[in-house]
Amino acid sequence: MIENIDLIQSALPFLLRGTVVTIQLTFWSLLLGVVVGLPLAFAQVYGNKVVTFFTAIYERIARSIPLLVILLLINYALPMLGFRIPVFRAAVLGIGLRSSAYQSQIYRGAIQSVSGSQLKAAMSLGMNKLTAFTHIIAPQAIRIAIPPVTNESAIVLKDTSLAFTIGVVELVRQGDYFIATSNEPMVIYLTVAAIYFVLTTTINLALSLFEKKYKIPGIGIEGGHSDAY
Amino acid sequence: MPTKHLLKIEDLHHSFGEDEVLKGISLALNKGETKVIVGPSGTGKSTILNNIIRLVPPVSGKIYLEDVEITSTKKINQIRQQIGFVFQDFGLFNHLTAKGNVMIGLTKVKKMDKKEAEKIAMEELERVGIGGFADSYPSQLSGGQKQRVGIARALAMKPKLILFDEPTSSLDPELTGEVLTVMRNLAQEGMTMLIVTHEMGFARTVADELIFMEGGHIIEQGPPEKLFKNPEHKRTREFLFKLTDLYGEGEE
Amino acid sequence: MLDIFLDFYPLLFRGLGVTLLITLISCTSGTILGIFLSLGKIYGNKLVSRTVTAFIAIIRGTPLLVQLFIIYYGLPAYGIRFAPITAAVISFIINSGAYQAEYLRGSIQSVSSGQLKAALSLGMTKWMGIIHVVLPQALRRVIPAWTNEFIYMIKYSSLAYVIGAKELMTEGKLIASRNFQFFNVYMVVALIYLVVIIIFVHLFNKFEKKVAIPGFDFER
Ligand SMILES: Nc1ncnc2c1ncn2[C@@H]1O[C@H](COP(=O)(O)OP(=O)(O)OP(=O)(O)O)[C@@H](O)[C@H]1O
Ligand SMILES: [Mg+2]
Repeated sequence: MIENIDLIQSALPFLLRGTVVTIQLTFWSLLLGVVVGLPLAFAQVYGNKVVTFFTAIYERIARSIPLLVILLLINYALPMLGFRIPVFRAAVLGIGLRSSAYQSQIYRGAIQSVSGSQLKAAMSLGMNKLTAFTHIIAPQAIRIAIPPVTNESAIVLKDTSLAFTIGVVELVRQGDYFIATSNEPMVIYLTVAAIYFVLTTTINLALSLFEKKYKIPGIGIEGGHSDAY
Repeated sequence: MPTKHLLKIEDLHHSFGEDEVLKGISLALNKGETKVIVGPSGTGKSTILNNIIRLVPPVSGKIYLEDVEITSTKKINQIRQQIGFVFQDFGLFNHLTAKGNVMIGLTKVKKMDKKEAEKIAMEELERVGIGGFADSYPSQLSGGQKQRVGIARALAMKPKLILFDEPTSSLDPELTGEVLTVMRNLAQEGMTMLIVTHEMGFARTVADELIFMEGGHIIEQGPPEKLFKNPEHKRTREFLFKLTDLYGEGEE
Repeated sequence: MLDIFLDFYPLLFRGLGVTLLITLISCTSGTILGIFLSLGKIYGNKLVSRTVTAFIAIIRGTPLLVQLFIIYYGLPAYGIRFAPITAAVISFIINSGAYQAEYLRGSIQSVSSGQLKAALSLGMTKWMGIIHVVLPQALRRVIPAWTNEFIYMIKYSSLAYVIGAKELMTEGKLIASRNFQFFNVYMVVALIYLVVIIIFVHLFNKFEKKVAIPGFDFER
């Protein structure tokens, strides 16, 4: 027991360094997911047939290929095309693009669930489409989207562990390095798991605080997004 | 304590938290009798029925089915097999067809074999006039049909007694009649029934006795004609006439 | 890429077979585990309920990859040693079980309490009511979540590659490390996943229409 605590203590500085990388990976991937996902959602809701067709195909592909395969493909494809980018960026690209497909679904659902009669009611007051969107649709859609986006954030956080396979020195790989010297896989992996658990719990806690503060009775704020690991 | 009554309730009390809902209820049913409980909303009528089969265990008092004390028996499931219960919201199992709903008590509780259970289920469904809907799921039935499945399910268990908790309150007026007709026929066939209902026309013509409750007490009980024409308490008369105004004379 | 597929399809299909087998075993065993966990969480006593709740939260709050490493690399120090494929399946079952328990809990709680009451009124015990009345309805409602889970598991079973269990992804890597055409081989692997998942999504949609019972609507 005592040795374990000593071991964890000596591992912690390394693991925390990995944790920072994990958080950075999560942040940039989610951001990329928003930047790509939002336009995709608008394209799906407001675009013409050709646009919706191609966005649907993009989503189907991004949702059907395992993240691991996406990461390896990017890792081998970019150098072939003459790009030499650091593995960190390759990981963000893979995780972020995949997340954009899921995020797009969330935003689309949120927009659609408040469009319709709400939009009509707003226009009946003389608002134009843009005013109606910013003042009526968006405030409701954001509330609807927050819980599934939180859920997606937790998923992305956990999935950044796959970046380990293309050599990003994030939390899991830091753990591996330390195991190579200490030869105590169980203790180290459990510590790594505990750190992830703290991070995901923090994300969920932030959600419940947000819900308490901004909840409007009657606006469905429960998640409708399928879950993952 | 043995009793000649089929069902006997002695000094029944019930509270939800601080709130005393039943303040000493005593009543009894003989075999073949039909009694109707009426009273304003929130007086504890449903609580009595739930107390009887211990879906809500009573706080104090004694309830007997023939000479078995329900309130203390260890074998409450055997008592429940002998007392049917018909719910206001039907309580049909949504994943089973009408026939499946009637069969499940027979196959799972009474361990009857499927063939036999199916035969009984069909008989009971015919008896309540919906043999043609045996293979329909609850969501495909009208309220009146659902409630008749509920009654068939209770009947199939061959109960000594059936409790009805406002069996027609969630039905449209035009569907109420078909359920009341089934209940009327049961009364004539000699089924023992304790019914909570607001249908005064039905109560007047079918009940052997009317029980008027208010505020957790039985105010008055007796033959319906007496309570309507010549009640001991002014309150009874007021209430019964208000109900008759509201709901009319029933299905006649 | 076509030539890669033509040259190596027996290996790739063998890998795909293993992938689908791992998925099937993990999902179905995960369902059984999920049923026990959700029942424990809802109907168990305080101790059981809290333990199960904590277990589910921990599994859902940590990456599958780390769980896999704990089982494959962590346990041998305590004398428990699994073949890669066994370790993969065990960790997938545990992981899937925790997720399915949450879906099931939601759908059990959406079955109205009146259903259990009606079951008791027929003389069933509480557990008979749960088994014959509540669970059959809850399981039907959980079908869309289950098929979703199956689709996810096809993809996430690729993690078995990191410990060398010979499913589709690992077969791909073995081929690539022989001919050094990493990109092309992984592209073929990606296409296989894509096709397989499109087929399963289609099949499940059909299946859900077929097993639909009037009054039980579910949508994907
Ligand atoms: N599970 C419960 N917990 C707390 N209070 C309850 C519960 N069930 C009933 N009550 C309360 O007990 C009182 C009696 O309820 P009960 O359902 O027996 O009335 P009722 O006479 O059947 O009324 P109604 O005609 O509306 O059905 C009511 O005030 C009700 O609010
Ligand atoms: Mg009531």
